[in-house]
Amino acid sequence: MTEADAIVRWVAPGARVLDLGCGDGALLRRLWEEKRAPGYGVEIDDAHVLECIRNDVNVLQMDLEDGLAAFADRSFDCVILSETLQAIHRQEPLLREMLRVGREAIVSFPNFGYWKLRLQIAFGGRMPVSPELPYAWYETPNVHHCTLADFEALAAKLGLRILERLALTGGRRVRVAPNLFGATALYRVSA
Amino acid sequence: MNAPRIPGSVGIVEAKKARFAEPLRLKSGAVLPEFEIAYETYGTLNAARSNAVLVCHALNASHHVAGVYADDPDNVGWWDNMVGPGKPVDTERFFVVGSNYIGSCFGSTGPASINPATGKPWGADFPVVTVEDWVAAQARLADHLGIERFAAVIGGSLGAMQALQWALSFPGRVRHSIVIAGTPRLSAQNIAFNEVARQAIMTDPDFHGGHYYEKGVVPVRGLRIARMIGHITYLSDDAMMEKFGRQLRRQAPGFDFDVDFEVESYLRYQADKFARYFDANTYLRITKALDYFDPAAEYGGDLSRAFARAQADFLVVSFKSDWRFSPARSREIVKALLDNRRIVSYLEIDAPQGHDAFLMADPRYHGALAAYFRNIAL
Repeated sequence: MTEADAIVRWVAPGARVLDLGCGDGALLRRLWEEKRAPGYGVEIDDAHVLECIRNDVNVLQMDLEDGLAAFADRSFDCVILSETLQAIHRQEPLLREMLRVGREAIVSFPNFGYWKLRLQIAFGGRMPVSPELPYAWYETPNVHHCTLADFEALAAKLGLRILERLALTGGRRVRVAPNLFGATALYRVSA
Repeated sequence: MNAPRIPGSVGIVEAKKARFAEPLRLKSGAVLPEFEIAYETYGTLNAARSNAVLVCHALNASHHVAGVYADDPDNVGWWDNMVGPGKPVDTERFFVVGSNYIGSCFGSTGPASINPATGKPWGADFPVVTVEDWVAAQARLADHLGIERFAAVIGGSLGAMQALQWALSFPGRVRHSIVIAGTPRLSAQNIAFNEVARQAIMTDPDFHGGHYYEKGVVPVRGLRIARMIGHITYLSDDAMMEKFGRQLRRQAPGFDFDVDFEVESYLRYQADKFARYFDANTYLRITKALDYFDPAAEYGGDLSRAFARAQADFLVVSFKSDWRFSPARSREIVKALLDNRRIVSYLEIDAPQGHDAFLMADPRYHGALAAYFRNIAL
């Protein structure tokens, strides 16, 4: 099961979806084809925006750091932030905004508490590089890494309800010690 | 005709005119007893009549969108980089209509046309027209061409206003509205610039209250200044600096009031060129049409409510360096469309040229438009 499979599974048929940092729009395309879930993507990168238009996906070229002022309260069933949380400068306002415009949010990110990353720091003494985090420290677009425990602490601080949690490693669900053995974390949350 | 086929060009084109004998009631309450619209077409209307694209032009352009005239091979259409075989608006696939608007000085009925009531040019008596009036007149042209529904209506700047208005005036007749470098209403600053341009024209001694045709003169001074002001707002500060810098036209400053700087020479050149072909009465009316455009006005300023009747899919494009109609204005349009759950995509192109960027062949901009048009089903 890929991360996208998990997200598609979590989105209800016909749900109105907003995908923040939607890349080439492949997820939105799948949500339309498999769930008849219409949606919009927000993306800042020119090449990705072009791909979205080619994929016939609604895309809005905007900077997430400017907030979600273009979207009305509760105008979406589900707001998705897939593999983008760690590249945002100000997580708190964005998470609040996501649950202002959406009834639910799905957030996924690379788990910085994954044991292989911990080992690279603990014994290699270097910033970790992995399939999920393929960048050297000086060229990474990621600015705020977190672990499952960190995200859950922030969720608690913001008063978010965690509806579902899923940790994945190599396409498999991790049930035991997910903060240690999960390479990727996915959460479905509501206000 | 054995004209050389220019790759990517629609080649030799011909301007046409359609005449409408049925009176047109204008927003102001005035009535045009009859009118003509100048237009050009490129490509072929398919059997299902589902591939028509209407191109709306901005202030100083015309229905001559693409190609060249047989007797004027240097007069290339103003959007030739966008419209043609293999271009973003592909004339191999689409039947493209370039339409002029009423009040223009490029062939459609306007202030210089003969008023049938007097047998003399309309001059100052030609009514003030609005974007809604233009669109209503263009709808007659669509009827005339047998086009029930456009695959797309596209325009930049003032043309963007028409593309928007089409989706509001005739929701069932537009499948895609493509709104480039547009705005849902002019700002006070925009109106202020227009007023300076109008004052320049109206205070020109050769204006004669708009009845200058019969005097055989043209308010050249006013037109020149109006054009200079316009030009300043079309370019970004950076683009102007890049293009002209502080470069001098002569060896050293002259300590007089002749042309010192390159930018002065450019403005004077553009002004002279414009004053040779543009009509002052038309200029006054177009700037008024811009000023009056405000679809939200009759909904208490609520643009979302104004767009409730739109049925088209939208593509909205803005340019970061455009300070005349800034990206914030386009985002207002996008927000109103989102509030109505319309299908919409929005591009904010980081192009340096300012408002004029909509005329440039930026690969991000043209690439996205090409992709968008390819996805329009016929």
